[in-house]
Amino acid sequence: MNQPLFPAPDVKPGQTPPRYEGRAKVTGEARYPSDVRLPRTAHAYLHTSRIGRGTIRSFDLAAARAVPGVIDILTHETIGDDPRHMPAIYQGGYISDSVRPLGSADIVYWGQPVAMVVAETFEAAREAARRIVVAYAPHPTLAADIRSADAVTQAVEPMTIDTGDFAAAYAAAPVRVDAGYTTPAQHQNPMELFATQCAWEGDRLTVHEPSQYVNNVRFGLAEQLGIDPGRIRVVSPYVGGAFGAKGFLTQRTALVAIAARRLGRPVKLVATREQGFTVSGYRAETRHRVQLAADRDGRLLALRQEGWELTSRADAVAMGAASMTARLYACPNISVRINTVAADRSTPGFMRAPGEMPYGFALETALDELAVALDMDPVELRRVNDTQTEPVAGLPYTSRSLMRCFDDAAARFGWKDRSREAGSMRDGDWLVGWGCATAFYPTYAGNSAARVRLSADGRVHVSSAGHELGQGMYTMMAQVAAEELGVPFDQVTASLGDTDLPPAIVAGGSSSTASVAPAIMAACEAIRRRLGVEGGSPAEVMPALQASGMWVVEEFAEVRAHGLPAESMASLYRGRATPAGGVHLADRVQFALGAQFVEVRIHARTREIRVPRAVGAFAAGRIINPRTAHGQLIGGMIWGISSAIHERSEIDHRNGSYINANLAEYLLPVNADIVDVEAMMVAEEDHQVNRAGVKGVGEIGVVGVAAAISNAVFHATGRRLRDLPIRLEDLM
Amino acid sequence: MRPFHYSRPSSLAEALIDMRDALAAEPNSSAAFLAGGTTQLDLMKLEVSRPDRLVDLNALRGEAGHIRWDGTSLRLGAFARMAEAADHPDVRARAPMIAQSLSLAASAQLRNMATLGGNVLQRTRCAYFRDTSWSACNKRVPGSGCAALDGVNRAHAVLGTSDHCIATYPGDFAQALLALDASVVIAGPGGGRTIPFARLHRAPGTTPHLETSLRPGEIIAEFIVPAGGWFRRSLYLKVRDRQSYEFAVASAAVALDLEGDTVREARVALGGVATVPWRAREAEALLRGRKLTEEAARAAAQAAFTEAAPHAHNAFKVELGQETLVRALLQLATMETPR
Repeated sequence: MNQPLFPAPDVKPGQTPPRYEGRAKVTGEARYPSDVRLPRTAHAYLHTSRIGRGTIRSFDLAAARAVPGVIDILTHETIGDDPRHMPAIYQGGYISDSVRPLGSADIVYWGQPVAMVVAETFEAAREAARRIVVAYAPHPTLAADIRSADAVTQAVEPMTIDTGDFAAAYAAAPVRVDAGYTTPAQHQNPMELFATQCAWEGDRLTVHEPSQYVNNVRFGLAEQLGIDPGRIRVVSPYVGGAFGAKGFLTQRTALVAIAARRLGRPVKLVATREQGFTVSGYRAETRHRVQLAADRDGRLLALRQEGWELTSRADAVAMGAASMTARLYACPNISVRINTVAADRSTPGFMRAPGEMPYGFALETALDELAVALDMDPVELRRVNDTQTEPVAGLPYTSRSLMRCFDDAAARFGWKDRSREAGSMRDGDWLVGWGCATAFYPTYAGNSAARVRLSADGRVHVSSAGHELGQGMYTMMAQVAAEELGVPFDQVTASLGDTDLPPAIVAGGSSSTASVAPAIMAACEAIRRRLGVEGGSPAEVMPALQASGMWVVEEFAEVRAHGLPAESMASLYRGRATPAGGVHLADRVQFALGAQFVEVRIHARTREIRVPRAVGAFAAGRIINPRTAHGQLIGGMIWGISSAIHERSEIDHRNGSYINANLAEYLLPVNADIVDVEAMMVAEEDHQVNRAGVKGVGEIGVVGVAAAISNAVFHATGRRLRDLPIRLEDLM
Repeated sequence: MRPFHYSRPSSLAEALIDMRDALAAEPNSSAAFLAGGTTQLDLMKLEVSRPDRLVDLNALRGEAGHIRWDGTSLRLGAFARMAEAADHPDVRARAPMIAQSLSLAASAQLRNMATLGGNVLQRTRCAYFRDTSWSACNKRVPGSGCAALDGVNRAHAVLGTSDHCIATYPGDFAQALLALDASVVIAGPGGGRTIPFARLHRAPGTTPHLETSLRPGEIIAEFIVPAGGWFRRSLYLKVRDRQSYEFAVASAAVALDLEGDTVREARVALGGVATVPWRAREAEALLRGRKLTEEAARAAAQAAFTEAAPHAHNAFKVELGQETLVRALLQLATMETPR
């Protein structure tokens, strides 16, 4: 017989298991939610608003209805009472924004769904959606972005921090930096589009949808439709990239469920790439003012960061990550202010390191400016201000290996060969600059549950409604169960992404492994207890089972994360498990930390910016699978490069539209842009953060890269660029 | 989707008849030719192009897919694929600029599909042209206005613009053909004709929807690139926002014939900065007979942009375009050319 093109891997004991679902993915066996084919499926297509603010005066649907194969057209005039209004997740709801779809004639952002066509084929639905003519009455003014005069700024009082006396200390300090920074709107653009399929069987609804939190979709949708959540099942075995955009229920899901209920047949929607720019949240543009003051030895005396974040008029969203940047270094006088700036845009949301990336860019660039003002090596500046105690409340870090990361990465990078003066390193026509910055990400975990079944033939099945986003969740689940029960990796099967399974937390905040691994460990421990080998070695488990006369042992366990009250466990079963940790604990702070080093090259004449080399070192507690962790870290670092010199969602100020809402014009790096990216994992043991000792690596890789690049650009050129992305015109 | 008629003629003669008949039956026909499809199908999906008939020319590769050196000229069949021309030994050895302009364009997949004739006819990437929900686009809907003038126009042109259109010509290969004084062999229902490549594209003026001098039903059959003393000392320099799979922010197709360090003849065309493939004759004139110093290169580059008309977001293209040309000229000055 033919050799299989992708043979199943043969894992030797002690080896790092490869990706559990890798073979299924590369052979096409893995079926993503939009791949599921249901009989009699009708196809939906959205028509979205072409104005940013105003009202719908009328629809002309005649041409759309005339398209052969059209079954139904939903508008605010025809949809009926559902879905019910729900506040956004930030205000206690389940959903990424509160603007009810097809809810009224009001248009509050460009790209807002105003009609949904359902037809026999995708082509007919698309054709009809394009034939819809909407007469709009645009509002005379429009705030398209954070700089707009019509946008409304509001302080977020609960995010204020005042420690010591910033103003006095800053005024009296010998060395000061005071500068403004900006980051642009950016979109996650996961390769897999925003797809939803809904199928009713009687009063039971199955939703196939890529999701970072299936139970959130289930409970939120039940509330929107006014039905028992027990009647809804959400299935999401594979997610083709999410990066925060699939973190919470979006308004599209209810539309598809309602259409399927009206028609009595399954309905499938795959929003277009452009529609994906407004179907879910995105990284809002931000502004920052950072003021730093230090003594002549570089010790920080005063630190102030004020942030302004764009939000929608409907929902106030602020990431407010100065709560973290203010705690990174020893400093006696600290001030933090956070503001939202409401404009006529869709509600922003989470995108990989949502607050850490922009706030970290501002602070870590300001620190480099301080190092220049002090004529001090930027690594040494971080060393002088390193601390094991956060400076706001004086709480201890559970573990902090920042300077080990800097030292390891600096050695690998060759930092000692850097000549400090800006513009002093050159290679022919290329200006060379080296820069560095701190990476940080708070360690979160949430309540989660898991079930593990061990049978006497040596097979194990582990299940939990966690999520496989490509980060390695299946692999982690199987690996932890294999290790805990002393069976080979290839004897373990894993199930996830299904509300029928024991509930788990959102796959967000880099918390999946830190939350679910402890639940799997607890279930395995329960199995050992049943078999009378509690506390023994994993090698004792199988002999104990075989000696017991039982064929199968199955245990369920739920685990409560540190910092969550006892009553929080109920929220796990209502789709509301929230991560705890980071800077939100009463007794300690928890962070993964790292150091980013980059080399940039800028052409002396034409100013193209290249990043031929990046080295990151990260200390994130226990690394369960170095292979998948490495993929996460270099993926994050590459996105960091992209966030610094490529990505920007371009906004037309006349209607608040994104004019590059496609993968050709939304600039992302291609292979030729990414040359040598190295992620090192610094050994770190932390027995406090959670039972697994895991801090998470999903997001930290992206943090700090943009600052390191900005700092390297300064080193290459002597030009301090404080606005992302940095493009060649900024260096002309 | 919108239905359309489709035919796949087996010869150039048959294709011309198909299109002639379509135009005779319906004078306002939106019938279009289909070659590699990398622009045409893209624009059909966007509904920017809505042909009622597609005449597929892909069976014509045998007739007009050649690449050969005839002793005095490179002859490039219009139906040769970009990748075939970019990789052809005669093209690479004799006119490096042509090979570079092709291999630096698009992606390997697109270069394997797109034809040379289709490539020079590629439409602009102006976002306001490509999104039909913008009502103002003189190129798409004559007389409707230009949304780019007050819109996001970083990518737009600074040369050859008008009050009616500032859309950038996106291609690369055309600049090489223009710099090298190529001519275009055109087949038409009324017989063939040959025109200078420089007369193929039309600046927008008051009629941005008229992009070329091709008449209805005509097909580009071949490009003829005559050899010159500048043929080998040539390059295509492309500056862009990422290293591959990206259009030029500024580019320069430059060929030099040097005697010692003195310029005997210069050929300069610019891309990424103009509404059409842009020949910089003022720059060429300034270089002719001068020593190729940085000063001379800079003077030529400034001359090339004296007429530049920037808008809100693309003013940098004036300096960038100049620097691109200076860099290309100085790089060519030191280039080793095998004889």
